[in-house]
Amino acid sequence: MAHQTPISALGLLSGGLDSMLAARLLMDQGIHVACVNFHTGFCIQGHTSAMRNPEPNAKPPRHDALHAAQLLGIKLHMVDIAEDYVRIVTDPKHGYGSNLNPCLDCKIFMVRKAWQLKEALGFHFLFTGEVIGQRPMSQRRENLPHIERAAGVEGWLLRPLCAQRLKSTEPEKLGWVDRKQLKGFHGRGRRAQMELAQQMGLLDYPSPAGGCCFLTDANYSRKLQDLWHSRGERQYTMDDILLLKAGRHLRPAPHFKVIVGRDETENNFLSGFRAQRWLLQAEGIPGPVMLVEGTPSDSDLTLACRLTARFGQGRHSPQVTIRIAHQGQEALRQVAPLPAEEIPESWYI
Amino acid sequence: MTETAPHPPESDHTLDARRLLCPMPILRTEQALRPLPTGAILAILASDPGIEQDLPAWCRINGHTLLDLRPQGRGEWIAWVQKGE
Repeated sequence: MAHQTPISALGLLSGGLDSMLAARLLMDQGIHVACVNFHTGFCIQGHTSAMRNPEPNAKPPRHDALHAAQLLGIKLHMVDIAEDYVRIVTDPKHGYGSNLNPCLDCKIFMVRKAWQLKEALGFHFLFTGEVIGQRPMSQRRENLPHIERAAGVEGWLLRPLCAQRLKSTEPEKLGWVDRKQLKGFHGRGRRAQMELAQQMGLLDYPSPAGGCCFLTDANYSRKLQDLWHSRGERQYTMDDILLLKAGRHLRPAPHFKVIVGRDETENNFLSGFRAQRWLLQAEGIPGPVMLVEGTPSDSDLTLACRLTARFGQGRHSPQVTIRIAHQGQEALRQVAPLPAEEIPESWYI
Repeated sequence: MTETAPHPPESDHTLDARRLLCPMPILRTEQALRPLPTGAILAILASDPGIEQDLPAWCRINGHTLLDLRPQGRGEWIAWVQKGE
């Protein structure tokens, strides 16, 4: 069908290879492409690099979607959905994956949000870089049409990388997109995508093996589960989910836990969260910063001080002085470092 | 990014994005620039190391000019962005 204005498509861009390829397949058909990237609060990239000392020869940290957009030469809308996202994580209609990852609800939510932006921008249709069967939950063949229906965009969500294996969408039926130039990729293999990237000259993309969401991580999910259990409700704040990403977490008792910095960068990071918490650090001896969270008693704080001493370089000294900062007040407490054998494995979250 | 200016640009507004993690410094920069007129200069303080890669990329794809970006020590950076059309 002839059309007067250039056809435009809005894509969900994670910054991974698939979403880049999907965008390029449409751009190569002369379609005007822009993308959106959502910030949920659980995105892995950048965060850990900002919290830990950089590893030798590590690439400088960067936001993958931003750099993918730059490489593609397209506009990227970065949208913070973290606040609305809480209900997706705490009460997913379709349940969780192997950890606390609500992948199906997450995808439906993002597609719905992207559709609202598409409408506001006056674009013609939506697209994603999804590939049938590539991910166990949100990209199962039977789930793809469900995502569209549940998000209220049936027929208007194009998946260029696997379109030839799916029903024709409205943009294809209307002749806006040439179906023959789309792909029929499927499965978990990456070879076809990597070959296409090579053909397109896309050489700078993140490792396909890297996950992008902390909720798919077993250790992180265990800490979030512990947080909910200790509070008796499935809620969280942005500070909560940031703190779950940093440090070593131990829960000596149900009513309080401690977070121990593992290097200088992490110590600095934890120090920024002292409000509403207790900040402990050894005086005059190198050692970690410890945050205490919950409702510790005075004897609990002594135990936390002994743990702080244990994780520092004064662990073999008979006594270590610990500075306790809380609500603008500071106090010193002399303690004996807790012997390793008095730290049960069960404390580690 | 243009060559490093011998003197810091004079800014009209300052955004303190220290202690925010990627991508929040960029999202806050976008929010802070939105109400400003074209040509206005925003100074941005940040402690996320991603700022070194992300701010130049974000400025380029959004038509803003990164006047300067420099480390300030103590794991912090300062940048000046001039709002584009």
